[in-house]
Amino acid sequence: MKLSFSPEDERFREEVATWLRENLTGEFEQLKFRGGPGDEHMFPEERKRWEQKLAEGGWTCVGWPKEYGGRGCSIEQQVIFNEEYARAGAPGHVGHIGEGLAGPTIIAFGTEAQKKKYLPGIVAGTVLWCQGYSEPGAGSDLANVKTKARFDEAKGKWIINGQKVWTSLAHESDYIFVIARTDPDSVAHKGLGFFLVKMDQPGIEVRGIEQITGTSEFNEVFFDDAECDAEDIVGAPGDGWKVAMGLLGFERGVSTLGQQMQFQNELNDVIRIAKKNGAAKDPAIRQRIAKAHTELKIMRYNSMRMLSGQGGSDGSLQKEALIYKLFWATWHRDLGELALDVMGPESQILEGGPYELNRLQAMALFVRSDTIYGGTNEIQRNIIAERGLGMPKEPKVAIK
Amino acid sequence: MEFAFTDEQQMIRDTAESFLAEVSTSEAVRTAMATELGYDRELWQRICGELYWQAIHIPEEFGGMGLGYVELVAMLEQMGRYLLCSPFFSTVCLGASALMIAGSDEQKAEYLPKICEGLTATLAYTGKAAAANGGQWGADAVELIAERQGEQFVLNGTLRYVPDGASAELLIVAARNEGSKGEEGINLFVLPADQAGIERQWLPTMDQTRKQAEITFTDVTVPAAALMGEAGQAWPQLAKVIDLATVALAAEQMGGAQQIMDITVDYTKERTQFNRPIAGFQAIKHKASDMMTRVEVARSGVYYAACVAQEVLVEGELATELPEAASIAKGYCSDAYFKNAGEALQMHGGVGFTWEYDVHLYFKRAKASEHFLGNGAYHRERIAQLILD
Repeated sequence: MKLSFSPEDERFREEVATWLRENLTGEFEQLKFRGGPGDEHMFPEERKRWEQKLAEGGWTCVGWPKEYGGRGCSIEQQVIFNEEYARAGAPGHVGHIGEGLAGPTIIAFGTEAQKKKYLPGIVAGTVLWCQGYSEPGAGSDLANVKTKARFDEAKGKWIINGQKVWTSLAHESDYIFVIARTDPDSVAHKGLGFFLVKMDQPGIEVRGIEQITGTSEFNEVFFDDAECDAEDIVGAPGDGWKVAMGLLGFERGVSTLGQQMQFQNELNDVIRIAKKNGAAKDPAIRQRIAKAHTELKIMRYNSMRMLSGQGGSDGSLQKEALIYKLFWATWHRDLGELALDVMGPESQILEGGPYELNRLQAMALFVRSDTIYGGTNEIQRNIIAERGLGMPKEPKVAIK
Repeated sequence: MEFAFTDEQQMIRDTAESFLAEVSTSEAVRTAMATELGYDRELWQRICGELYWQAIHIPEEFGGMGLGYVELVAMLEQMGRYLLCSPFFSTVCLGASALMIAGSDEQKAEYLPKICEGLTATLAYTGKAAAANGGQWGADAVELIAERQGEQFVLNGTLRYVPDGASAELLIVAARNEGSKGEEGINLFVLPADQAGIERQWLPTMDQTRKQAEITFTDVTVPAAALMGEAGQAWPQLAKVIDLATVALAAEQMGGAQQIMDITVDYTKERTQFNRPIAGFQAIKHKASDMMTRVEVARSGVYYAACVAQEVLVEGELATELPEAASIAKGYCSDAYFKNAGEALQMHGGVGFTWEYDVHLYFKRAKASEHFLGNGAYHRERIAQLILD
């Protein structure tokens, strides 16, 4: 039982760290530690240029097969890349949806034509993607999508009508991938299609959603007879659920250590403030800080287990992977509360008007979404009980 | 990344699981716990003679298996699952470790082979002061007094909360020089438990699966050869032994937290109310999910601490991380095990409250283990001192 990466992987780490040190400079200096969750509305143009800089260095899509423009990095190396990326304070990847979601889906389920058409833009950092999944009536119950796609024989195109919500960076994106209902009589996860849709067209309107932070990372996207080329459906009509869920299987925990690096930076900030203002002497605060430290350390060891284990023979997630989202999201939420409590009444005073939050204030508010997006804590608990412990699934209620 | 059991370690784990599932049944536990001795001598003979578990991390030169702390933790997890009533923890995780860390070559050569042959031992370092401030398990708990008289030491005072203190054949005791405080002036001695002047009192305990004793020393005279390490300088070694034992106990706690969850989930799948298994009710599912999350998080903490503890034995790079790793593991596991056991009782409904069902055995072991060697609050304060002060 060892906790070390191989010498080869450590050399890779050095290579990443060196490149970042040499290139996260000049115009990119101001982007350090910016553009992550809760800060994604900041510096979009500058981060696009950074994305292209990464592409020039061959550092986008590192986990993709080489034949599609990636580096073919192992899981361990992807983890290391993300850890060094976070350590260097490199900005939030504006291309992360293309790289982590759209691209892998097209690689796994797409035609050769779709791969040729879409993958190079993602690798080059010149084409940005957003995700069109959730709808007002389809959050936890994603299969309840109502957005429709009808094939217009005369035009030779899919016509899409409906609405998506919580779409990050829709206003900056070139393309959106959309789950829409191709069979109008179908319900739930049957009769869905997976579409690759150009954002810049008359039939698509984007409206920002103002969040608790006063900023707008998320959007509503309205489809009013929006058009999608015949060859831009991934898989056949009816395959949409399979393709959409296939995405979720790609999450192999590569972002874990990078995420934990950011968490450590935040915790370090909290500790710094606590030492400065005396909260570090309060017994109750000490307990909470120590708990945060304990659990962040264990988060790392948990990730090491995820990297070391094999999945179940039926492809099931390892136990330590199954609990991971619930664990980190809850931890981060608690850190937000701790941060405000350590700052005390000063936590309520803003840097500037009208609504300028400092980094920890923004974090403390933004973490309230961590336990909701990507599977709410309640859904996670259902999944853990059902898949991890074999407990009965929720009873189905017939549609009236 | 190889942060998982090797095939050999997995085999040790699996052997322990199948052996204990067979011999440490509910009935066996209840029989053993009802005695003052607290364990079945025949079973201990079998463990020592057939499986050689007591020798697992003792170096080969002293008759041991020369394996490491990860193997030890793999076994302890199973022992925790099955509430094994035996002197294993006190003998191996306290006694043998103390000899290995603090003993002279002569002391190791004298006593470690005897432990390999089945001699039982324990570490007695805490006085009543261990109960202060909600529980303190560091140097401040050492109250026994040692007075040097020429080539001898005379020991006086009381030790309390000593695991298997009434039955252990060999004692390793901590005693401080008169007038010393804190980490100063601490000595460790190894001596037979039947020495004149030693009075051992078995204490009835809420958790009957692990026995405790109070030991009184009245003018107990020990030769210089019984002194382990330098006179008055033993705190660093004692601290290391305590931290190693802390990791071992966390492994047991993690196993217990796992087992009580498994027992409870199985129960909820069988128990029907309102025409369906209660396992289908979301309130029950969510409690179970939280139990599983705690178990897996506990497991990750324990396995890392085991790797660090192994580095301590071989004086490797990570050895300096022992205090933090031990506190991370014990702090988390103490709360996790007790929380799981409490939820288990709740999820069992009325029957969880009976003597007949095994839930209370885990509940009580969880609470006793929580306190021994420091509960969550104690270990979090230790971590706070490391990172805030």
